[in-house]
Amino acid sequence: MSIFEYNGSAVVAMVGKNCFAIASDRRLGVQLQTIATDFQKIYRIHDKLFLGLSGLGTDAQTLYQRLVYQHKLYQLREERDMKPETFASLVSARLYEKRFGPYFCQPVIAGLSDEDKPFICTMDSIGAKELAKDFVVSGTASESLYGACEAMFKPDMEPEELFETISQALLSSVDRDCLSGWGGHVYVVTPTEVKERILKGRMD
Amino acid sequence: MEVLEGFAAAPSFEIPNSSDFDGFQKDAIQMVKPAKGTTTLAFIFKEGVMVAADSRASMGGYISSQSVKKIIEINPYMLGTMAGGAADCQFWHRNLGVKCRRHELANKRRISVAGASKLLANILYSYRGMGLSVGTMIAGWDETGPGLYYVDSEGGRLKGTRFSVGSGSPYAYGVLDNGYRYDLSVEEAAELARRAIYHATFRDGASGGVASVYYVGPNGWKKLSGDDVGELHYNYYPVTPSTVDQEMAEVTVA
Repeated sequence: MSIFEYNGSAVVAMVGKNCFAIASDRRLGVQLQTIATDFQKIYRIHDKLFLGLSGLGTDAQTLYQRLVYQHKLYQLREERDMKPETFASLVSARLYEKRFGPYFCQPVIAGLSDEDKPFICTMDSIGAKELAKDFVVSGTASESLYGACEAMFKPDMEPEELFETISQALLSSVDRDCLSGWGGHVYVVTPTEVKERILKGRMD
Repeated sequence: MEVLEGFAAAPSFEIPNSSDFDGFQKDAIQMVKPAKGTTTLAFIFKEGVMVAADSRASMGGYISSQSVKKIIEINPYMLGTMAGGAADCQFWHRNLGVKCRRHELANKRRISVAGASKLLANILYSYRGMGLSVGTMIAGWDETGPGLYYVDSEGGRLKGTRFSVGSGSPYAYGVLDNGYRYDLSVEEAAELARRAIYHATFRDGASGGVASVYYVGPNGWKKLSGDDVGELHYNYYPVTPSTVDQEMAEVTVA
């Protein structure tokens, strides 16, 4: 079994009208054994920038800590928050630094720019950026997530509908994956507020 | 008797055409892995035998079905459980059903659970090393009362009062051993079996779907319940509304 599938995960981000949503499952397992059902996979970088990390849990936490540290140094030096595009480049650079011994993570970055334009992108474990206009997925349930998102996504959704869509896509996808699920975690980010919700899901 | 020809003997298959005979079994099991992840259990108690199982079939990490019948009805007095290769279990249980019926017709009495399980164990032993993957429990009621045997494709056959088979079995054993008493009532035993399956589906990624519970008593088997564990979880552990562990924050407009 691949090291990317050791802990199990499902992360997805979607773009709406002047907003975005990012969602993940809540399981942390060791192969088929479920260890925790309240594991955090989405991290807040600042109020308009979120990072989802699928893959190996330990690497996700380490990578997150390094990125927070560098983002804080950036904030002190520049006296402003980082733009999503800039942060994506930072993540990419940090991942490529470990080209021959990578962090076993596939990040999802979602943010709102200064002009409140949504930005989403994903990367492989060595930092190859992949920008998307509609949605991005990663984790052990990524195949099912592609199918669900492809079928359910519509352009320019309002925050309420976006929440409904991303939640349904996530919950139906993880029902076809042994290694992810056990509840969901969703953030919907608009220019004025961040809504965080915990989803009840199948616990098997 | 002509009509029964062809049913009389166990079907014979050619032995695998392989130069690496030792490695063959491993490869063959990998080839037919659906229904690998499973939780099944059965136990004898005062009133009879309780049999329960989940319903998930998986291939690697992918869930191929959430509605598999893992408790196979061999005849009105005997049940078999399914763990390991789905095709191997289904085929050999059906084959066992035929043999049990033939025993009944020839001897004018039902086969004992010991006899039936031995028929299966002998067949499986004759195919040992050829890649069959079966882990089953034969549970039933015969002239001697309740009977329970564990039979596997390695040739093992064990008599016992409490078994659990499959990837979720360690979790099921935990609940089962903790709550088991011989003098359980049918209702208590059914609840114990259901709870053991539920806890196994919670911890084991390869088990899930529906927790079915069967009871075998002096008058044959009866299906007692089939609960979707997706709902069962919230019945056992109702969620308190305050699960959000972070406060909602206002974004300051830059």
